[in-house]
Amino acid sequence: MQRDVIAPLVIAALVALAPFAGQTDYFIHILVQILLWGFIYTAWSLMGRFGLVSLGHGAFMGIGAYVTVLLWNFFELTPWIGMPIAVAAAVALAAIVGWPCVRLRIVGHYFALVTLALTAVVALSIVGLRDITGGSLGLTPNREAAGTSIYAFQFASKTVFLYVALVLWLIGLFVWRAVDRGMGRYALQAISSDEDASASVGINVGVEKIRIILLSAGLTALGGAVFGQYQMYINPETVSGIGVSLQIVFAVVAGGMFVQLGPTVGAAFTLILAETLRILIGNEYHAADTTIYGLMLVLFIIFMPKGILGAVFAGLERAKAKAA
Amino acid sequence: MLKLEGVSAGYGDFQALFGASLDVQAGEAVAVIGPNGAGKTTLLRVISGIIPLREGHLSMEGRPLDRVPAHRIIETGIAHVPENRRLFPRLTVEENLKIGAYLPAARSRFAERLDFVYSLFPRMKERRNQLAGTMSGGEQQMCAIGRALMSGPKLLLMDEPSAGLAPVIVQQVFDLVRRIRSEGYTVLIVEQNIQQVLKVVDRAYLLEVGRIKLSGKSADLLASDEIRRAYIGL
Ligand SMILES: Nc1ncnc2c1ncn2[C@@H]1O[C@H](COP(=O)(O)OP(=O)(O)O)[C@@H](O)[C@H]1O
Ligand SMILES: [Mg+2]
Repeated sequence: MQRDVIAPLVIAALVALAPFAGQTDYFIHILVQILLWGFIYTAWSLMGRFGLVSLGHGAFMGIGAYVTVLLWNFFELTPWIGMPIAVAAAVALAAIVGWPCVRLRIVGHYFALVTLALTAVVALSIVGLRDITGGSLGLTPNREAAGTSIYAFQFASKTVFLYVALVLWLIGLFVWRAVDRGMGRYALQAISSDEDASASVGINVGVEKIRIILLSAGLTALGGAVFGQYQMYINPETVSGIGVSLQIVFAVVAGGMFVQLGPTVGAAFTLILAETLRILIGNEYHAADTTIYGLMLVLFIIFMPKGILGAVFAGLERAKAKAA
Repeated sequence: MLKLEGVSAGYGDFQALFGASLDVQAGEAVAVIGPNGAGKTTLLRVISGIIPLREGHLSMEGRPLDRVPAHRIIETGIAHVPENRRLFPRLTVEENLKIGAYLPAARSRFAERLDFVYSLFPRMKERRNQLAGTMSGGEQQMCAIGRALMSGPKLLLMDEPSAGLAPVIVQQVFDLVRRIRSEGYTVLIVEQNIQQVLKVVDRAYLLEVGRIKLSGKSADLLASDEIRRAYIGL
């Protein structure tokens, strides 16, 4: 078996054992966060690593979370159906915005700006429709009395969510692997460096691009939906909005978006960083963490452009080359 | 094999080609010569479907290509070696060749074609794990030609393969074109290096400001006063 199968499975096995090692709820909570965000960052990087830098993923995550909760609260539609609908909605929106970008060859900075606008529109809509969405105060899924209900996708125990998150995270990594193994990776790499030359060798540039965009948006929405169910509370700032879009970019740049586990490392790094900062400087200086993130982002881009894991692998390669 | 009738094309308001007609027979090597900005690259891009044809007709082996999108051109047997090579610089030589065999039909014959390209360009075999963007201009040109050959084309379009190369390398590139001809490929080549290219091809067309001005056998063109005066500087 190959590294891109073994590494995820070994990590998953260790994580799965965590509850049996008598870990605290806080520890499990951090693990769930790392896995859920790791999944979302992986979903983003599916397209991001091919030069499709999206600032629109806050929108997809928000749609995943909000559509699921709204369907539940207003129609008592189980998230088992609500989540697929939410994913479909995000995919449809990605198609509406993505297809013109692909056709008109909106790439690079312009693509980032168009997707940024998408995030802004979705976040503003959530706030604007406050009668339904609760606006900036946020929204809580109607609780099942029992606390735990499979039908409602509500689980009182964090451990259950740990396994849900783990499965989701593994799905993300295996989708990544599937893209890597197929001709899709070559096609997308070729497209990211030269669309005309790619078309000339027979790559259907538009179809390849829109496919990865829809896949990435759909998985991100799924991550958002599960995240909402886990937190049992969503608001425009935590699951949608420009802040989320930027958080995604920061995390994947930090972890390394070009290697399979890079986005997960980014999730672990940013969560641990955030927790540390929270403990060190408390909640008083509200903007301090944002400032530190901004500064670190710049430092990463300059000094570690492949991210933490990318740099580690590059270092290992060099060491191997030296030894040989 | 390839036939263009009254083809016009351009960019936005700017028209770069005015009713160009030409044809290439199977087994031939044909050149389109002309100064910088004449529209040679535009001509090849229209054939490849990269820019749309505005007027006229275009066909390959009788099949009309007027509305065929760029990514379906290669199925018709036309492979394009673009101006400035345009390799995928962050991929290795072998990955570039692999992408050249992107079509399912070509993928199934990948190993065999790879052997063929490596036998044609042993240098590429040595460099197969090197990033394409880090090779010299001449090597990149080989890789670009190799990438085009991986699809198993009938007709090879080459856009100024000698541009930007040192004189010694230019010689090698024209030798390569000869090799490819002798392997049975039909070639349509665009060049500014008129004296050299006319020694390699059977026929040529002279393109000036988007219009075909002259055409004929290479030997006749080489001997013609007009070409000699204007382009060879004798
Ligand atoms: N992408 C483009 N946009 C606008 N004009 C272009 C573009 N590419 C080429 N042109 C113009 O079209 C004309 C023909 O260009 P080209 O086909 O590249 O000529 P050649 O290959 O013979 O040097 C030139 O005047 C050039 O400036
Ligand atoms: Mg040109």
